[in-house]
Amino acid sequence: MSEATRDEICVVAVAECFRGDGERLCNPIGTIPMIGGRLARESFEPDLVMTDGFATFTTSCLPPGTNPYRSDDGRLQVDAVVEYWNPYPQMFTILWNGRRHVMMGATQVDRFGNQNIACIGDWYRPRAQLLGFRGAPGNTINHTTSYFVPNHTPKVFVEHVDVVTGVGYDRAAALDPETSRFHEIRFVVSNLGVFDFDTPDHRMRVRSVHPGVSVADVQAATGFELVVPDDVAETRLPTDEELRLIREVIDPADLRKTEVKP
Amino acid sequence: MPVPDKRLTEDDVVAELRDGMTIGIGGWGSRRKPMSIVRAILRSDLRDLTVVSYGGPDVGLLCASGKARKVISGFVSLDSIPLEPHYRAARQNGTVEAMELDEGMLMLGLMAAAWRVPFLPTRAGLGSDVLEVMPEIRTVRSPYPGPDGGEGEELVAAPALRLDAALIHQNRADRAGNGQFLGPDLYMDDWMSMAAERTFLSAERVIPTEEFAEHGRIHTLRISRLHVAGVVEAPNGAHFTECPPDYGRDEAFQKEYAASAASPEAWAGFRDRWLDLASEADYQAAVAARTGGAR
Repeated sequence: MSEATRDEICVVAVAECFRGDGERLCNPIGTIPMIGGRLARESFEPDLVMTDGFATFTTSCLPPGTNPYRSDDGRLQVDAVVEYWNPYPQMFTILWNGRRHVMMGATQVDRFGNQNIACIGDWYRPRAQLLGFRGAPGNTINHTTSYFVPNHTPKVFVEHVDVVTGVGYDRAAALDPETSRFHEIRFVVSNLGVFDFDTPDHRMRVRSVHPGVSVADVQAATGFELVVPDDVAETRLPTDEELRLIREVIDPADLRKTEVKP
Repeated sequence: MPVPDKRLTEDDVVAELRDGMTIGIGGWGSRRKPMSIVRAILRSDLRDLTVVSYGGPDVGLLCASGKARKVISGFVSLDSIPLEPHYRAARQNGTVEAMELDEGMLMLGLMAAAWRVPFLPTRAGLGSDVLEVMPEIRTVRSPYPGPDGGEGEELVAAPALRLDAALIHQNRADRAGNGQFLGPDLYMDDWMSMAAERTFLSAERVIPTEEFAEHGRIHTLRISRLHVAGVVEAPNGAHFTECPPDYGRDEAFQKEYAASAASPEAWAGFRDRWLDLASEADYQAAVAARTGGAR
């Protein structure tokens, strides 16, 4: 097995976000998040429940970008093992019920984990319209959320996000304690490292840096001051078995390399 | 007993709509949109519409053509092209008013309207800028004790989204307006049909009621004629959005549509070729004749 590349280290770092989740809906959005979620389920977290990206929960290990639906002589067929029908209206019920851990992207994220995917600039007259709020407000206030950022720069890791779509820890702290009781931003994984909020006031902390990346590199690519513990670990390398699963089973088309350069 | 016959044409539907109406459009992103009725709206003089949608090219077209005054959405996306370029342009140029809700909050708004209550409570939105930028969305305090026995929880009161009319597209329907979806997801079409004063349903095929069972099991029958005022038979009517299992998305056409947002000239060209046509039949003939656009 040739050495692990940065994209594969990111995949394993994403998989680690779901460690300990057990029988929960693991719902990563994006290419590397999807590969990482699948890897977690194929290895150390086998009870995870995952979607096909559309309207079912499937036990099949679908490669990212797969659309399993087709017409068979006018009848809908799904080329996957379906364990549950989960159309969008049902997804909202699932997420309000709480047994879900979503990993979303972030156009901007700040030190308290506030996320923006809506637009850049003033919401009333945006400089660049993006996705809108989508499901971010409901996700973040109802269940565990993590983020994946494939290009860690000061334009993404900002002092203040332009619009709060996903709720961060300072916003959650301003709510009644019972209102925010399901709020948890667990991890942020980027192409440079892994970050958590395990600090007294829930400021973003460096949890690990990827091999070949220094804490100084990470700080220089971040638009606010990170909390840096005395000893910063290095993100762990994939095992040989994990590399085999990533390369041969989950992502044989190497789509992960289009999201993070190796 | 024979069921009532509510069949009409796309242009008949548009004749029932009025300037300034709030119109819900079913489907999701670039999936199973009632595009033939949207195209009929584009051919009409209708204006100042408020559009409620999990938006796709329906919203983009109504923005680009100046028909939409306001858009209430959970998002506006073309799926394979994540950002809807015409909606983006309208937002960035300030030519449309927006209400951008959390996706689930939009569903609750439709449910509240369907159930004829003024709002439904939800945690979604608390702590986010949904409440900051849209102060018309209010909160409500639970009259029941909180989980710790103290004061009741504060929740968002997702406002009812009452629709003057809803437009939805189904795979099959009978002439009375019972609808059958054969794809993976109904989306919010059922809630749209009940949130609206009047719902107009287009379908790939209008079939006798007794033939529904040949196409799908009872679980596929989710739109009742109780909530449908008119039925349009519209083969390929969702084009260029997907309508599985009848057909997939016409990605080549969608690319051409998205490219038409690049400049006023590009939009004029698209309009001239695909929208300024006399009828839906002309559109379908032009699509069928298009070279290099095979699905």
